Amino acid sequence: MDFFKRNILAALIAVLGLIAVAYVGVKGNLQLLFGVVIPYMALLIFFEGIIYRVIKWARSPVPFRIPTTAGQQESLPWLKRTLADKLDNPSTFPFTLGRMALEVLAFRSLFRNTRSELIEAPQRPEGAKLVHWSYKWLWLGAIAFHYAFLVIVIRHLRFFTEPVPHFISLLGEVDGFVQFFIPTVYVSGVVLVLAGLYLLGRRITNPNLRYISLASDYFPLFLIIGIGTTGILMRYVYRVDIQAVKQLALGLVTLHPVVPAGIGAIFYVHLFLVCVLLAYFPFSKLLHAPGLFMSPTRNMTSNNRKVLHVNPWNYPVKFHTYMELEDRYREAMYEAGLPLEIEPETMETEGEEE
Amino acid sequence: MAKLPTPAELAKVSYSPPAKGWMEIKPDFRPGQYVNAADPKWMEWIDYPYPRKWSVPDEDWQLPSNWKEIILEGMEDRLNRFRSLKIFFDICVRCGACADKCHFFLGTGDPKNMPVLRAELLRSVYKRYFTRIGKALGDLVGARDLDESVIKEWFYYLHQCTICRRCSLFCPYGIDMAEMTLLGREMLASIGLNIDWALASVAQCYDKGSHIGATPQAFKDMIDFLAEENERITGISTPVSYNRKGAEILFVTPSGDYFADPGTFTLMGYLLLFKYLDLDYTFSTYAAEGGNFGWFVSHEMGKRLNTKIYEEAKRLKVKWILGGECGHMWRVCNQYMTTWWGESPTFLEEPVSPITGTKFENAKVHKMVHISEFTADLIKHGKLKLDPQRNAHIKLTFHDSCNTARGMGIFEEPRYIINNVLPEGHFFEMPPNTIREKTFCCGSSSGINANENMEARMQGGFPRANAVRYVHEKYGVNHLGCICALDRATLPTLLQYWVPEVDVTGITELVGNALVFEDEIERTTDLRDRDLVGFGEEEGAEEEE
Repeated sequence: MDFFKRNILAALIAVLGLIAVAYVGVKGNLQLLFGVVIPYMALLIFFEGIIYRVIKWARSPVPFRIPTTAGQQESLPWLKRTLADKLDNPSTFPFTLGRMALEVLAFRSLFRNTRSELIEAPQRPEGAKLVHWSYKWLWLGAIAFHYAFLVIVIRHLRFFTEPVPHFISLLGEVDGFVQFFIPTVYVSGVVLVLAGLYLLGRRITNPNLRYISLASDYFPLFLIIGIGTTGILMRYVYRVDIQAVKQLALGLVTLHPVVPAGIGAIFYVHLFLVCVLLAYFPFSKLLHAPGLFMSPTRNMTSNNRKVLHVNPWNYPVKFHTYMELEDRYREAMYEAGLPLEIEPETMETEGEEE
Repeated sequence: MAKLPTPAELAKVSYSPPAKGWMEIKPDFRPGQYVNAADPKWMEWIDYPYPRKWSVPDEDWQLPSNWKEIILEGMEDRLNRFRSLKIFFDICVRCGACADKCHFFLGTGDPKNMPVLRAELLRSVYKRYFTRIGKALGDLVGARDLDESVIKEWFYYLHQCTICRRCSLFCPYGIDMAEMTLLGREMLASIGLNIDWALASVAQCYDKGSHIGATPQAFKDMIDFLAEENERITGISTPVSYNRKGAEILFVTPSGDYFADPGTFTLMGYLLLFKYLDLDYTFSTYAAEGGNFGWFVSHEMGKRLNTKIYEEAKRLKVKWILGGECGHMWRVCNQYMTTWWGESPTFLEEPVSPITGTKFENAKVHKMVHISEFTADLIKHGKLKLDPQRNAHIKLTFHDSCNTARGMGIFEEPRYIINNVLPEGHFFEMPPNTIREKTFCCGSSSGINANENMEARMQGGFPRANAVRYVHEKYGVNHLGCICALDRATLPTLLQYWVPEVDVTGITELVGNALVFEDEIERTTDLRDRDLVGFGEEEGAEEEE
C-alpha cells in the first residue's frame, strides 16, 4: 500500500474504531466509564500535557533575537513607516503585542498567502513564466474552521452552567440566526464540518499536500469532522434528552458526577471523540495553538541594535587575533606601508618576500 | 563540471511528486546539483572535526564510527539550547502554506525542497528519538530511523536552502527553515560533513581576514587599485587609510566589494562618497570581511569570524562602525553580533553622523550603521550634490536581499537613495509578490555559490530572474540594483543565464556616478567606463550622424 493510502486509512480506521469502541461500550452499559471516567482523564491529560509541554519549551532559552521582519525597520525618524510596517516589524513591545494579536486572532501570516504557478509563455526564450497571486482560500478555510470551533465551545458552556450566563445564550441566538429548520440550526456546526471537509479535501486533492500528509494530519481532521457530525446528528436527527445531558455535564463540573439514564449512544460517541481530541492534543501537531505564542520569529521585538539581547549560554570562542595576523605578515605589511603594532626588527628579511 | 541545460530545458519544471513516499526515496547526487565536499585542509585550519578526503557521490562517506551518537547527542544539545528548534519541531501542521514559497521548490519541483518537507527530514529523526508517540507509531506520525541515507538527504537538501526565510514569512506559526537549516548544518559538521565552497571561505577568512584569502598587503593593493580607477574616471583622488588608529569610523564591507566586478564599482562608490564628505574613516586589513560565511556553517563559527570586527574597532579606537552593502552580513550584524559579544561594546560611542549630526538611535547598542541609512540621511539633509542624469543610461529595478528584508527590514532607505540618484521615471518595481518582505532569493546564498552546483543555482534563482524578466520586457529595465555583495557575485551569473540583457549594480555605485565634485574632470562615462547619455562626446557623435 502506498504512503498516502496507508496514512489516510490508518487515520480513518482509527477514528471509526474509536466510534465503534464508544458505541459498543455504551451498549454494554459502560456509561459511567464513557460519561465520567474518560472525560475526567481526558481533561487531566489535556491540561497536564499542555502545561508539561509549555514548560518543556520554556526550559530552552531563546539565544538570539530572530524575528522575521516583514515591514520597514525603525531607523531614520523621517522615513515613512506605515501602521502595517510597525506591526509586521515591531520595534516596541506594544506593537509586538499587536503583531501577536493579529497572528492569533486574524492569522496574519496566512492572510499573506500566495499561490505560484508556472505557465507557458511562448514569447519568452525559456518558454515559461512563474506567476504569483494572492490566495486567500486557505486563510478563509482556517479562519472559518477555528472560529466555528470557538463558537461551538463557548456555546456548549450552556450545558455546564446553571443559570446560563446571558452572553452564552445570546451567542446561541446569533449563531442560530438562520431559522429555516426546527430546531434552530447553528451555523457554527455546519461551518465547522464544511471547513473541516475543505481542509481534508485540499490535503487529498493537492498532490504535493497529499505527499507530505501523515496519518497524524488526517487523524485530527477526521476526529473533528466526526465530532461535528455526531453533534449535528444528535441535534437534528437522533435527538437525545438534552435535560439528561445537562444533568451529566453539571455533575462533571460540580464534581458530583451522575449518569442519568436514557441518553442515546450517539451522545457518548460524540463525547468520547471530544475526549480523544483533548487527550491527543498535547502529543500532536495541535500544539500549534500554544506554540504560536512562543514562536521566536513572531513574539520578539525587532530592536536588536537598540536593546541588548543576552544569550544565557554565550561562551567565549577561539578566534584569530590581530597580532597573529601581524606576526605572520609583518614584513610585507611594513613594505606595503601599513601601520603596525610592532615594527620589524631588521629589514634583512626583505629578500624573502616572494 | 556538469553540462548546464538550456533555460528552456530548465524551465520545464514538474511539480508532480513521485509515486513513492518520500521516506523511501534516497537522494540522488547528480552533478550540477550538489556542492563538493570540503577539502580536509580547510577543516584543519579551523579545528573542525573529522577532516578526511571524501567525495559526495561516494557510496561510503567514511563517517566516524559513532556518527549516530554524535548526531543524536548534537540534536539533544541543540534542543536544549534553542527554543526555536523545539517549537519548530513540535508545532508544524503541514498546512503547506510554505510549499510554493521556496525558490528551490519552484525551480526544481523536488518535493523535498518544499520547506515543510525539508524540515520533515530533520523532524522525522526528532520524532523517532525524542518523542514517545514517534517511537510508538513510526512513519504514521512522520518518524523514521536515522541511517546514513538520512544524513545524505540532510546534506543534499540543507544545501539547497539558502536561509532566505521566505517560508517563515508565510508560515502561520513563524516556523523558520533557516533556523533548522543552520542547526542541521552544524550537526552535519559535527561528523565532518562540510561543503568546500563555504568552508574554504570560512577558513580563509579566519586565517587571513577575508573570504577570498587576501593577505593584508593584497587587500590594500586591491582597494588602492580601485581608488586609482576613481581618479582616472573622475579626476578625484580618493586615498584610503588602513588600520589607522584614532579614525572616527571603521568601515567594514564584504570582500565581494573589492574582489570582483560588479562589486568593485560599488566600492568605488563608497570611496567617492567618503572622499566627498572628507570622512575620517579607515579600512582594516584584519576586519577585512563584512560577510560571514561562518554563520552559514554554525553559530559558533559565525561568532569566531564576527568577533574580529569589534576586536578591531577596539584596537583602532574608532568611535563607531559603518557597514557596507551586504545581505547576510546585516542579518548577522542586526540579529547576532551584540548578543555574541555579550554586551554593548563600551569602547565605542553611539553613532552620530559627523556630517549631519544625526544620531542613529536605532543602533545605539550595536554601534554600527548601514551605509544605506548613512547615505539616505545625507541626502535628506541636502549634503550631497547629485546629478541623476549621470545615471540616465540606467533603468533600474531593485532586488531586496532576503536577509536584509526578512532579518532587518531595510526597504525604504535604498529606495530613497535610488529615487535621488536616478532620473525620474527610471525606477521600476518588480511585481509586489516578489519584492520587499516577499522577495525571492538569488538562489546561491548561504555558501552555495560554487561552480559545480550551477544547475541547482540557476533553478533556485529562477523565480527571481523570472520577475526581472517581467520588468525588463515591460519597462525596458536594464539594471538590477541590490544592497548585497553576494547578490553582486551571484546575480550576474543568474541573469546572464536567464535575462542576459540586465546587469547588476550596487546602490552606492549609482551614488558614485551621480556625485558632483567641485574639482572633478568632465564626466563622460560612469564608473564602469560606459558612456553616459547626454554628456560630452556622445552628444557630439550623435550630431555628426
